[in-house]
Formats: sequence, structure tokens, C-alpha cells
Amino acid sequence: MTEKSSQHPSNFLTSKQLHKRRKAEQRFKAYGISTIIIVISVLLLLLTGIIFKGYSAFTKTEIALEIFYDPKVFKESIPKAILKMRDTGSLIRRALQKEFPDIKDSDEIRKALQLISPNARISLIRKVVEDPRLIGTTRLTWVSASDNINLFIKKPQQRKLPAYQRQLDDQKIAWIDQLRERKKLRQRFNVQFFTNGDSREPEQAGILGALMGSFYTMLVTLLLAFPIGIGAAIYLQEFAGKSRLISLLELNISNLAAVPSIIFGLLGLAVFLNFMDFPRSSALVGGMTLSLMTMPIIILAARAAIQAVPSSIREAAEGLGASRVQLVFHHIVPLAMPGILTGTILGMARALGESAPLLMIGMVAFVVDIPHTPLDPTTVLPVQIFSWLRNPEQGFIENTAAAIMVLLLFLILMNLAAIVFRKRFDHKW
Amino acid sequence: MSFKSRKIKFSISDLSLFYGDKQALFGVDLDILEQEVTALIGPSGCGKSSFLRCLNRMNDKIDNIQIKGQIALDGMDIYDRSLDIVRLRARVGMVFQKPNPFPKSIFDNVAYGPRIHGMANNAKDLDAIVHKSLQRAGLWDEVKDRLDNPGTGLSGGQQQRLCIARAIAVNPEVILMDEPCSALDPIATAKVEKLIDELREKLTIVIVTHNLQQAARVSQKVAFFHMGKIVEAGDTAEIFTNPKDERTQDYLTGRYG
Repeated sequence: MTEKSSQHPSNFLTSKQLHKRRKAEQRFKAYGISTIIIVISVLLLLLTGIIFKGYSAFTKTEIALEIFYDPKVFKESIPKAILKMRDTGSLIRRALQKEFPDIKDSDEIRKALQLISPNARISLIRKVVEDPRLIGTTRLTWVSASDNINLFIKKPQQRKLPAYQRQLDDQKIAWIDQLRERKKLRQRFNVQFFTNGDSREPEQAGILGALMGSFYTMLVTLLLAFPIGIGAAIYLQEFAGKSRLISLLELNISNLAAVPSIIFGLLGLAVFLNFMDFPRSSALVGGMTLSLMTMPIIILAARAAIQAVPSSIREAAEGLGASRVQLVFHHIVPLAMPGILTGTILGMARALGESAPLLMIGMVAFVVDIPHTPLDPTTVLPVQIFSWLRNPEQGFIENTAAAIMVLLLFLILMNLAAIVFRKRFDHKW
Repeated sequence: MSFKSRKIKFSISDLSLFYGDKQALFGVDLDILEQEVTALIGPSGCGKSSFLRCLNRMNDKIDNIQIKGQIALDGMDIYDRSLDIVRLRARVGMVFQKPNPFPKSIFDNVAYGPRIHGMANNAKDLDAIVHKSLQRAGLWDEVKDRLDNPGTGLSGGQQQRLCIARAIAVNPEVILMDEPCSALDPIATAKVEKLIDELREKLTIVIVTHNLQQAARVSQKVAFFHMGKIVEAGDTAEIFTNPKDERTQDYLTGRYG
């Protein structure tokens, strides 16, 4: 009797087997949770590292000097004064001598000049251009401190190091302490980091040039890759039908999406620069090159999204007598839009972080000017990060980390925009 | 019973259909009369849906399909090269097995057909068409306050009646229905059947159904399909009470299918 009842399906599984089953399920859950924990902690480590290194780039040190705006220096009309950079240097020298009366010889005055950023001379000229009434007066003027001072203020632990490991000698440290006592030293939000282009001086280098370059490059990429990619996807999916040629084409598009990006850079160099003679280092060429890379990704995503539109909707529209074009543009494309946008953002995000193909087309050049059109020579955020990292000056390390933060912020904003767009197109069926 | 003889709407002769090497229809002949409901019955895979989809050329896009024979709508061959498929589908509408409203508002669902065929000159005309179509589909009272709501938010039965309203909005002469009630509950089914009976006054209906009682309730003519052939066709009352072919008899009595 007992043997017979064990044949009933509910008796196949003993409580031990059930226990094993439950265990397996729990184990699998534990694997999942632990992978997520690993991913999140790596991400946190990365982010905190970058933020810790880079946050200090958002402040900079300024020193106040009693500058006498000597009419002799600015005697000519103002634009000509710009040419007399060395003379504004003399203004700073005089102000420093006044500040530190104990300076004896020219060696010491040269050392004192090293406290001040070389770009301070230009900022004095700019002040005069803005307000010519300054000429002939003596004003307390805040100028940027040099890179070494900047770092010293941000990382005071340097003071404890032996002199040969420090960037500043005892005298400079003494001067800084004096300035601080007289309240002629201050930390300010580094506006210039967001308003300047690149510079050889880390305390003057800014991200705006690369930011605008990235913006124009992305704009060109989007304007080219989005319409062409969707057009190709619609054609392949809805109109092309099936033939050898079409399936060969499909295979090649899938392959293109996996081609190393530097190959696209070579293509851009050969075709856009050498053959078509477009302006080198420009956002236009960068965008065109990146759009080649982004397009296959958009085509693949768009085709998948179009394929996912339920056939019942197709039939409904066809049954009402909608033409193929009406079917595609009234129903298929709007319904596929969320998927298409997701793919586009993925492709654009990849393009935004890409540097290798842009190196090939000369976007690694040192460009101080901020680009005003996509035709101007420029660089982009990832390439800027790469260039800054190669510089020997200590100050560029924090600039690099800060630039990475800006790049990440840019990425997050793009993803947010994608989510907003997708929400607007979202619907049920 | 009216004694005036009805006009032939669809005349199908020697229709064969192949999916690649597989033949699905074998020389089917059938006349479908105006202002009648013709029910196509038969076991699964007998070719009745394939047949129905030939009538407004919904099969055209399937790969490797081959269609032979003649289908005439009011004497015009619908597979003629000069025929415009868009105009054919405006004349021969279709309702599908699963309700498939567009993910748009109720109003836009019904207005879509008239819009693409340019049937309304202004917004007032369009409103009138939508109103009339929803009324004919018996849905107006249920949705008149929420025409802007999405059509996908209605219940299953309402969705199917919305699809019927959408089909009749373009003023078709024929409506093809492919198992329109198979996804509906009995009450919704009853409503759709009543609707089919009312629509018959103005247009011709061809309906595929697995529900024999439904065929008996709504149709005037029945065609029994078996293995890609019409075994028997004729008046519904005649076939249900006095089937001549043994296979029809077996199917109707539930011996297979």
C-alpha cells in the first residue's frame, strides 16, 4: 500500500529533494546579489577616487597685490597695450617689491615672481581694457597664484616634507604665510576652469574648449547618424525584402558595429581629410567619423525595435488600406521610437567617450581657442583628458580628474534626456 | 424571407494557394452573396483563414506564397494588376481574432481610416463619421465621454467593437472577420453577434469561426472547409439540419475538429 501511494506525483519529491531545490534557488539568488554588490562597490571606488582627486580643481588660489596701473605702460591706445606684456610684468614686480620690502637682489625678485601665475600679466591687461579709468591709480588686485602655490595651499601636508621633496623652498613658504597673515591670499571657485580653453599653465587651463568641441562633435554625429541610421533600418526592415544582396548587407552592418574604433579614424583621415580636404581637427570631421561608428549601432537597435512592433498593429493598419509608407510613419516608427532612442543613446554615449579615432584626425592638437562653429579646430573631452594626463605639471592631475567628472556629468545628462524622450513616446499595446 | 434574389458580391473560382511547396487550398469555388453573413467553418488548419485573407489580399506579403485562380469582387478580378490594393482594402475591411486597436485615442482609432482615405473635408465631417461608426458598432454610449482615452484601455469586448467601428468607418462593402469572438467572454460575444446581424443590412460579412453555434446563430450561408477544399456549402439551416456529406456530418456532430 505504501509503495503504491509513492507513485502519486506529489510523492515523487521527498522533503529532502525539496530542500535541495530551495537551496539551489537561494544559492543562485546569493550569486546574483554578490555580483551586484561587486559592481556597485567597484563603481563607488572609481567615483570616489575621481572625486577625491578632482574636487580641488574646482577651487583656485588668488593673491592680492597693490598694483599701480602705471600710465607709462598703458600710455598708448588700449589694443596696443596688449602687445606690451612684459611691461605689465614690471607692474607685478613692483607690487611684489612693495609687498615684501626685504627682497634684496634680482634672484629673490625672480623667486617672488614665481608665486604669481604667468597669466596674471594678461589678466591685468584685461582689467584695463574693461575699465580704462584704472590707469594711473593704485588698486588692490586679485591675481591667480602659480600652480605650485595652488597645490601647496590645497595640500598643506607638503609643509612637513623635507625641503628637497617639496616644490617650494622655505622662503616661498614664509612669503605665503605672510600673505595669509595679511589676508592677501584667498581660495576662490575656479570659474576659469569652465570658461577657459586649454593652457600650458594648469591653473589657467579650462574645460570649455573641449566641452564645446564635444558638443559640436556630438551634434554632427547625431544629425548624421540618427536620420541615416533610422532610414536604413526602415528600408532594410520594411521595404528591402529578402535577397542575397540584402542579407550580405545585413551581415556587414552587424560586423561594422564590432569594428575597432581606430579603424574608423583611419577612414576619416583618408577620406574626410586627405581626399575631401575638410578642415583638420574640426568638430565636423570628428562628428562625421564618429557617426560612421555610431550608425551601425543605431541601425541594429532600430531594426530590433521595428521588428518588435506587434504584427497585429501592422495587420490593423494594412486592413484599413494604409499604404506601406503610411504604415511605417503612422504606426511602426512611433511605436519603435523608444527602442530606437535607447539604441541611439547607447551609440552616442560610446561616441562621446571615444578618443582613438579622433586622434587619427588631429583632434589631439593643443587648441587654446574655444570653438565657435563646428569648423573650428578643437578637441573633445576624452582627448582633453588624455592630453592633460601627459603633462608633467602636478596641477594637471587634478584637472584631469575634474575633466573626467565633467565627462561623466555630460553622460548622465544625455542618459536623462534619453529617459525623458522615451517616457514621452512610451505607450501600451 | 425576401424573395428577391441577392447579388453575388464575391465570386471565387478554382482558387489554389501554396505556401512554398505546401498546398493549403485546392481549387476552391464559392459565391458570396450580398447582405448576407457567410460563415466559414472547419477543423484547424483546413485553410479557411488562408481563404479569408485572400479576399482582401492580406496574404500578399507572405514569403513564397503563390495564389492561383480567380477572385472577383463585383465582377472585377482583385488580383488584376491594375487594381489598387489600397482601394480594395477600403472596400473590403477586416476584423481580426485578437482585438488590435492602435495605441491611440478611441477617436483617433476610428478616425484613422477616414483620414488616410481623405473621406472627411473638415473636422466636423470627421466627428460625424466617428460618431456614426461608433453608434453603428453599439459603442457610442459606452465611450462618448472618453473619446480621448486610449483605445487600448477598453475591455476586450469593447476593444473588438472598437475595431469593428474602425473597419466600418471607411464605409466598406464587405467585412472579413477572422474568429472575432474567440478572445471574448460570452456576454461580449453576444454583443458582437448582435452587431454582426445589424450590420448585415448594409454590407456583406464573411466570418471564420470555430464556434458552430455561433455559425448557426449569425450566418445565412455556411461553407465547410476540410483539408483545403470546400466539402459542402449552402444555406445554414440546410447544412446544420441536413448535411449531405459524411465529413460535414461527422464534424457537426463533434466526431472530429
